[in-house]
Amino acid sequence: MALTIASREIDGVTVLDLSGRITLGEGSVQLRDAIRDLIGKGQKRILLNLGEVNYIDSSGLGELVSAYTTSKNQGATLKLLRLTKKVHDLLQLTKLYTVFDIYDDEASAIASFK
Amino acid sequence: MSASSKGRWSFRLNSTMESVGEVEAAAERLATDAGLDEDQRFHVTMAVREATINAVLHGNEYDPALQIDVAFENTGKDFIFTITDQGRGFDPDRLPDPSAPENLLRGTGRGIFLIRSLMDEVHFRQLHPGTELTLVKHLAPEAGRT
Repeated sequence: MALTIASREIDGVTVLDLSGRITLGEGSVQLRDAIRDLIGKGQKRILLNLGEVNYIDSSGLGELVSAYTTSKNQGATLKLLRLTKKVHDLLQLTKLYTVFDIYDDEASAIASFK
Repeated sequence: MSASSKGRWSFRLNSTMESVGEVEAAAERLATDAGLDEDQRFHVTMAVREATINAVLHGNEYDPALQIDVAFENTGKDFIFTITDQGRGFDPDRLPDPSAPENLLRGTGRGIFLIRSLMDEVHFRQLHPGTELTLVKHLAPEAGRT
């Protein structure tokens, strides 16, 4: 299943609801384009909802890191919401869990941007 | 391929992303047949996918003249995956550790790390040209029986 991305706004935070796979050739480019588009429009608060991401590979992990660094370099903040067990385990394995600000609850995540 | 059967299956594929998908799907089927639980199936499938991407992308560099050789084996004790590319080869011991603090924010370089983390044994063999990569997942005593 390829990646689908839906965007919504809550209290000045752009929430990207991701669903599917973030892998080489199946979502990495879509995610990169979505982040660049938001940054280009001047959005400074981005929340990636990964609750429906059922698979991610090393390329997808790299894309998450790139999204984080691109946002940071442009003065924006990117956080993660609702990791599936697989994504959670991979972020722990790769120690990327220490890089990202991660939330299980959307309201708490939105509030953290204030 | 019959369920839970021991055996060996091998095939040769082009250096394309379609091949990666085929190998990944085969790994999922065979890991299920071998009796691996959900977490183990995920680990095997992901490691196989990463190894195949490595062979197609970094080994053969998508060269249509080069192919990958793939073999799956269920010995009853081990689930073994072997992939061979025809590329220039590399030294796996010289790869930077992507989990080191200075490398955490790098966008690439996690494939071999994941393979080593997810499988029980990983062996590299340089063929000059080409690299043979063997991944082993030990089966639980009740898994993999005929």
